[in-house]
Amino acid sequence: MNLLPSLAGMAAAATSHLAVPHIDYLSILPIMIMLGGAVAIIGWSSLLRRPLDVTWVTSLTVLTATAALTMSLFQWYSVLHSGAHTHIDGAVVMDGFSVLVSVLVTCAAFVSAVVGDSWLRREDVRGPEYHVLMLVSASGAMTMGVANDLIVVFLGLEILSIALYVLAAFNPRRAESGEAALKYFVLGAFSSAVFVYGIALVYGATGTSNLPQIADYLARNVALHDGLLLAGLALLLVGFGFKIAAVPFHLWTPDVYQGSPTPVTGFMAAVAKAGGFAALLRVFVSSFHLLRADWQPPVWVLACITLVLGAVVALLQQDIKRMLAYSSINHAGFILLGLQAATARGVEASLYYLFVYSFMVIGTFGVISLVAGRGDRDHGLETYRGLASRQPWLAGALVVLLLAQAGVPFTTGFVAKLEVVTAAVHGGSTALAVVAMVTAAIAAFFYLRVGVLMYTPAPAGAGEDGTVGEALGDAAPSPDDPVLVGVGEAGAITVGTLSSAPAVPAGAAFGIALCVLVTVVFGIWPQPLTAFAHHATLVLAP
Amino acid sequence: MGPSTTFPYLTTLVLLPAGAAVACAVMPKSMSERAQRRAVLTVGTLAMVAALALAVTIAVEFRVGDGGYQMQSVHQWMPQLGVSWHLGVDGISLFLLLMAAVLFPLALLGATVRQKSRSYVVWLLVLEAACMGSFVSLDLILFFVFFELTLVPVYFIIVGWGSGRRAYAAVKFFLYTFLGSAFLLVGIVAVAVIHDQQTGHLTFDLVALQSTHLGLASQILLFLAFTAAFAVKAPIFPFHTWSPDAYSSSPTGGAVILAAVMAKLGTYGVIRFDLTLFPRAVVDLAPLLLTLGVIGILYGAIVACAQRDLKRLVAYSSLAHIGFIVLGTFALSTEAVTGGVLQMVNHGLVTAALFLLIGWIWDRRRTWRTDELRGLQRPAPILAAMFTVVMMASIGLPGLNGFVGEFLVLAGTFLTHRWWAVVATTGVVLAAVYLLWAFQRVFHHAPGPEDEHTRDLGWRETAVMVPLIGLIIFLGVYPKPVLDRITPTVTALVHHVDAATGRVQPPVANGGVAAAASTAAAGGTRASTAASALTAACRHHGQSAWVDGRHVVCHAAVTTSTRRLP
Repeated sequence: MNLLPSLAGMAAAATSHLAVPHIDYLSILPIMIMLGGAVAIIGWSSLLRRPLDVTWVTSLTVLTATAALTMSLFQWYSVLHSGAHTHIDGAVVMDGFSVLVSVLVTCAAFVSAVVGDSWLRREDVRGPEYHVLMLVSASGAMTMGVANDLIVVFLGLEILSIALYVLAAFNPRRAESGEAALKYFVLGAFSSAVFVYGIALVYGATGTSNLPQIADYLARNVALHDGLLLAGLALLLVGFGFKIAAVPFHLWTPDVYQGSPTPVTGFMAAVAKAGGFAALLRVFVSSFHLLRADWQPPVWVLACITLVLGAVVALLQQDIKRMLAYSSINHAGFILLGLQAATARGVEASLYYLFVYSFMVIGTFGVISLVAGRGDRDHGLETYRGLASRQPWLAGALVVLLLAQAGVPFTTGFVAKLEVVTAAVHGGSTALAVVAMVTAAIAAFFYLRVGVLMYTPAPAGAGEDGTVGEALGDAAPSPDDPVLVGVGEAGAITVGTLSSAPAVPAGAAFGIALCVLVTVVFGIWPQPLTAFAHHATLVLAP
Repeated sequence: MGPSTTFPYLTTLVLLPAGAAVACAVMPKSMSERAQRRAVLTVGTLAMVAALALAVTIAVEFRVGDGGYQMQSVHQWMPQLGVSWHLGVDGISLFLLLMAAVLFPLALLGATVRQKSRSYVVWLLVLEAACMGSFVSLDLILFFVFFELTLVPVYFIIVGWGSGRRAYAAVKFFLYTFLGSAFLLVGIVAVAVIHDQQTGHLTFDLVALQSTHLGLASQILLFLAFTAAFAVKAPIFPFHTWSPDAYSSSPTGGAVILAAVMAKLGTYGVIRFDLTLFPRAVVDLAPLLLTLGVIGILYGAIVACAQRDLKRLVAYSSLAHIGFIVLGTFALSTEAVTGGVLQMVNHGLVTAALFLLIGWIWDRRRTWRTDELRGLQRPAPILAAMFTVVMMASIGLPGLNGFVGEFLVLAGTFLTHRWWAVVATTGVVLAAVYLLWAFQRVFHHAPGPEDEHTRDLGWRETAVMVPLIGLIIFLGVYPKPVLDRITPTVTALVHHVDAATGRVQPPVANGGVAAAASTAAAGGTRASTAASALTAACRHHGQSAWVDGRHVVCHAAVTTSTRRLP
């Protein structure tokens, strides 16, 4: 008689073509809003005869991001009150961790949208593609945050990456942009292949691709011959390593960071890292926690060389975007400290680091985008000579953001470094913590180099170089007029004194100011953010 | 720990300069350059004078004879990380606080800058807040935050208003200290984590961490990590190479603060954190640090002899004086440590005065080279007189403050580490050599054609100098009120080290014979000074017998201790 129910079940499976799992929309609502916003914007603009105005696109993107952010906060209350849940047949999860990643990514999209707005106007790029691709890419990162299944992780990874490949190529007037996109695409596709292969091997070894089930399998079974599993794990690590730009999988980073349009670089540094690390932390710390004796040593080595190489090679760079690319590699090393600890504290620290780093890096690239001038060309360190006398506010913002990246107290960068170092020492990796802090000191050197250049007076006449002349358009500067107001081709109002570069456009100014504010305010008063990160636990806490 | 005062003195002391900095920073730009300059100078001076008044109030409210932390204020700051806003003052930090409060307004008024006054004043105020914060923090992370925060204003002051290779000097300074701090941060976190593992409570509070049990190996490692940062900041030989560059490239005000106040952060850190947290490592590694201190004294003095640049000369002499502080700290007798603390204050006052004076020489002559200056005494007698007093204090002439500190340090060191004290004494002689040489070259002889019309000090400069000279003389003639407040804390600290290590030192070194005979009150410094001379005498006379009962006690004490000391 026992057969009967199972027979009935089989019959039911045979009759219904597709078993549709129950979908709890709240768990994926932020992602759907981001994608929906993207679709709405592109749909609307395709119905119009002429390209949609940038102002509209930016406003809609900001609206979308804000809506997604609000929904994430709803999720937060749900998680706080009714705990973490898996949804959609265990494919996605809604826990504190995923909510924090959603908040992070939506904030990053928000700031990138306003910073990118100024770039689009200056470069005279029409159409909604930049914002749409950014929203799509962000939704990919959010998918990686909620993914509870290796297949969903892969799905998110691809959504994130493919949009980013296009974004990297977004400046058609620069050959480097296309080159960067091609490099990113080839290496990214390669790493995706490695990643999928890793999933296949893990599936072969455990019989499931679902993350809690993998953990469950590992808890119930002791694999005597775990070569297949470990090989899969290694391939997953390589695949993630590409996304988060860990040495030795970092080779694409400097070229792509340098070649991509500058606001895209900022977005890429924040969101691609966030997505990659979110999935990496979830997969390794919660699913493969029992195998930590196997993966901790390689991650230790990976973190160590990532930290050292990122800091040391950045010293040699003469191009600020390349320099920050290596600095972002150094930061990836810091975030790896949290992973290496393989503890709840480590995850919390990594998440906090990612969160505050996003604001720092988007703000930094926002400033760089403005300094680079029309055409997004001037990225040599020499461009920054005397910036403080030309544009004191911009220089001040850049100094704050760079000092934050260096980890100076009363900025979020310091709290982040303190968190990861505490996690590392707690996890018993004191040596790695020492390495990390020494590289932070090395890194301080190249951040300071930019700082010094900005406060070194420019040689005579340097203030009236090409950028000013171009930005002021045809308005011939008269020597007696201290302030010029010119209307550029793209419609941006440029205000500047004779010896200064054009004033900061409103969008970028807002975005950068927001980043600086977050960096300083939560550096002095870290309680809300650290508490947020503290409660952002994984559903399967280590 | 006594009843907490109702008014949060220390928090106010830290926040007052910070608030003034914000006020100066947001001052409307529409004012004319001159009006703005006057406004920021007024706000800055008022804030600094208010801070001084507050510091004096703290000193008045300070309970004499209490060796613990007073006027504590505790608030949560980052509860997830166990970091709290815990401030407190004791005998060691009290006078550093006062010294900083005195020196900041003098540095501001004594060395004004011509351009960008607003940012200069803002940075100076931020620096004051950070220095005050460092001296009163009783939470390790809070201390680290302030300790690191001092770098930023100094960096900008050197880059913005310095001279010579200022960018190079600023970056070198920042990086050296930042690198040292990297070890300090990991060390701090490691102590807290060990404490967490022992008690299940993550905290960075110094008072709580004091009870952490640390093995000797971890104590040594942690001691090295902490001391790396402090040695760079102080600077202790051989970590000093940034300091001559930074001192000579910074503007006068910056140099005053760098050498007089910020150098003390390093030596203060050693006393406050190393001695409290790692007593066993301190005792084990004391010979190493003592040797570095002595090398610093000799090396600084010898290099200073060879300098032809007044500012670099003062920079190297500063290295030598820091050597005395290190010597006092690691000699680990009550007198030596008291002397070390006092010497921190003395060195601050004297170095600040020296930097201000040579800054004024620069204002007049645009040179610091001793071979280009001659016979300044005739055109500028007040300058010369002031320089003489300050120089004599630096040499250690009795009656001026330098003598008291150096004497206590040397006497205290002689008790526990005789040969180091003997070698270090030559440093006193060398100090006389280079300072007198420099003084002769610059002030004596007939003035050259360019020197003849050197302006003497104006009323404003004299007004800046008078308090410094007054303090130098006061501390030299009547140091008792200061020593009365320092000694209980130092005695408690040395007892803490002794208790943790099982070390037994000459009872005379722990508060004097009188204390051993249980007759001494808490502030028996004069007794202890006398006792140290007595002990030295005892040792000189070897095993000779003394009739008086008190001297027999002394004799017995010395012999027992020599036997028990490793």
